[in-house]
Amino acid sequence: MTEIFGIPTQALFGQLLIGLINGSFYALLSLGLAIIFGLLNIINFAHGAQYMMGAFCAWFLLNKLGVSYWWALALAPIVVGATGMVIERLMLARLYKLDHLYGLLLTFGLALIIQGLFRHEFGSTGLPYPMPKLLEGGQNLGFMFLPNYRAWVVAFSVAVCIVTWFTIEKTKLGSYLRAATENPQLVQAFGINVPRMVTLTYGFGVGLAALAGVMAAPIYSVNPLMGEHLIIVVFAVVVIGGMGSIMGSIVTGFVLGLVEGLTKVFYPEASNTVIFIIMAIVLMIRPAGLFGTQK
Amino acid sequence: MLLKRSLGLAALFTLAVGGAHAQISDGVIKIGVMNDQSGTYADLAGPGSVVAARMAVADFGAAKKGMKVEIVVADHQNKPEVGSSIARQWFDVDKVDLIVDVPTSSVVLAVNQIAREKNKVLIVSTGATSDLYGKACTPNSIHWTYDTWSLANGTGTAVVKTGGNTWFFLTADYAFGHALERDTEAVVLKSGGKVLGKVRHPFPSADMSSFLLQAQASKAKIIGLANAGADTINALKQGAEFGIVKGGQQFAGLLVFLTDVHSLGLNIAQGLFLTESFYWDLNDQTRGFSMRFAKLHKGAMPTMGQAGVYSAVLHYLKAVESLKSDAPGDKVVAKMKELPTDDPVFGKGRVRIDGRKIHDMYLFEVKKPAESKGAWDYYKLRGTIPAEQAFRPEKDGGCPLVK
Repeated sequence: MTEIFGIPTQALFGQLLIGLINGSFYALLSLGLAIIFGLLNIINFAHGAQYMMGAFCAWFLLNKLGVSYWWALALAPIVVGATGMVIERLMLARLYKLDHLYGLLLTFGLALIIQGLFRHEFGSTGLPYPMPKLLEGGQNLGFMFLPNYRAWVVAFSVAVCIVTWFTIEKTKLGSYLRAATENPQLVQAFGINVPRMVTLTYGFGVGLAALAGVMAAPIYSVNPLMGEHLIIVVFAVVVIGGMGSIMGSIVTGFVLGLVEGLTKVFYPEASNTVIFIIMAIVLMIRPAGLFGTQK
Repeated sequence: MLLKRSLGLAALFTLAVGGAHAQISDGVIKIGVMNDQSGTYADLAGPGSVVAARMAVADFGAAKKGMKVEIVVADHQNKPEVGSSIARQWFDVDKVDLIVDVPTSSVVLAVNQIAREKNKVLIVSTGATSDLYGKACTPNSIHWTYDTWSLANGTGTAVVKTGGNTWFFLTADYAFGHALERDTEAVVLKSGGKVLGKVRHPFPSADMSSFLLQAQASKAKIIGLANAGADTINALKQGAEFGIVKGGQQFAGLLVFLTDVHSLGLNIAQGLFLTESFYWDLNDQTRGFSMRFAKLHKGAMPTMGQAGVYSAVLHYLKAVESLKSDAPGDKVVAKMKELPTDDPVFGKGRVRIDGRKIHDMYLFEVKKPAESKGAWDYYKLRGTIPAEQAFRPEKDGGCPLVK
């Protein structure tokens, strides 16, 4: 068997594939953050809590209402996105004229409150969420056993990322959005309801987080703290990719998933820190991030 | 200012309690429950341990006996530096006499030093490292409920005996994981098994897939999980996803709590061997205690860690009553070692010279979904390890107190 740095190539492929799977979660989450930051200039620290709410929403739908995973995939983002829109209207909308820091503090506080409430109600061990029947089992790829569900996660998140990117960068709706961030007064003067568009955008970003939460539910336990650990990594991803860059966040999400996967093979103890080391290096060399432009 | 106030308070309490218990420091026996109130280990210890401590104080009848007992609670967030500063604050400023529970071995070892330095009492229920009654033992600490050696001895021996003779370890990368891995490896080698490899994952880790893949590639028959709480849950859950058990490998959960099984669901947890010192459905006494506990704790049955807090606080109060004093700490601990223990949780037992509380340990198998009558009915008893054999022999631990 051939080896690279003492690791059999087969094992290496397996680890790369796993890295890609984790990367798809990073990509989905950082995409939502990038959209919210790009269009609202809000650093949404509640993103991890909203991801967790998505998972809980799926759990609730299944266990209390008997609604399947597939419906949850559509319903949870709508429900959680709607709560996001309420938050935007009632609270965030008042902060747009102020410094970024205020939005950050508000969403951070919200995240703590939401996580605290869920923890109080559901404990911290987590709740089980079964794998959807259709995606049970897996394929033996020769070099590894690939669970069907993980393959689905990669395929689906790539699709969601591409559609989102296309919508924002290539369609007329996307061009309104981008114009509204550049010059809201002018766009409003053309008869477009900018505040409503901003609300919907926030709702969409939050919905993406909830979608990632639903996808994570069968893999990890549905746990009030599931977003807390992830969100810091995802922020690092966004910073590395360049705050507000849509493509940057997607590509960086997947690439960093791969890098982390490799670290787990060669030096597992460092796998929690490697992303932050990369972040520090990128910030030193390109402070605006890999795909960002200096404003 | 602070000193003045506590002196004033102390005077007040002494007046209130009167002469009979004049030697209780500050007139109040202050018990600090220190654990993880909100993170990975909150369900297996957390607020449930506080419930257990309160039950012990009530069952002991402290109020009737004229003893004033107060319970304070703190969240150490599984961080040694947080735990240390709470311990110092408690001992120095808040006049806490006993710290109890303390999951997370790295915190245990840090607080252990401070309890010795201040000559107070530390009773560890949920913390696991067997070093606490080995090279780190002190005249001020007692290891109450279970430890890495007894878990390794229970599960490790049983698994090797049933043919699981090649192992791969998935280890949480801190003091507890290292101790559990070391103790289990020793048992496996002693029973004639082999260790094919190990991987140390960051604590805590949500994604275990990469480490599971390495375990799968090792072709070891048994994957030993030297971790706890959410880490174990994630490893088992993701192991099922990656077809580990279907591929012919088995998991050995080296530290699995009842709440973990509850969270996993029997579909995934079924067939798992595990060692515990307590299960609610063992006998009438444990059932009685557990039903009362569940009523006070959102219907959840106690874990062995929480049950241990109850048993420990009860015995501590007995020692204080017999001494008529709660200080200095080493005297109280000496008294606790002298008196035999007896409670509804563990039955009869004793505390050894090295600070190890001994009682029977049990080997359980997790039931199949069809065998369970409902929530919390999860374990089948597969064997009992008698108290005298369940823990590391005194002479092997390297505790300086054992001459």
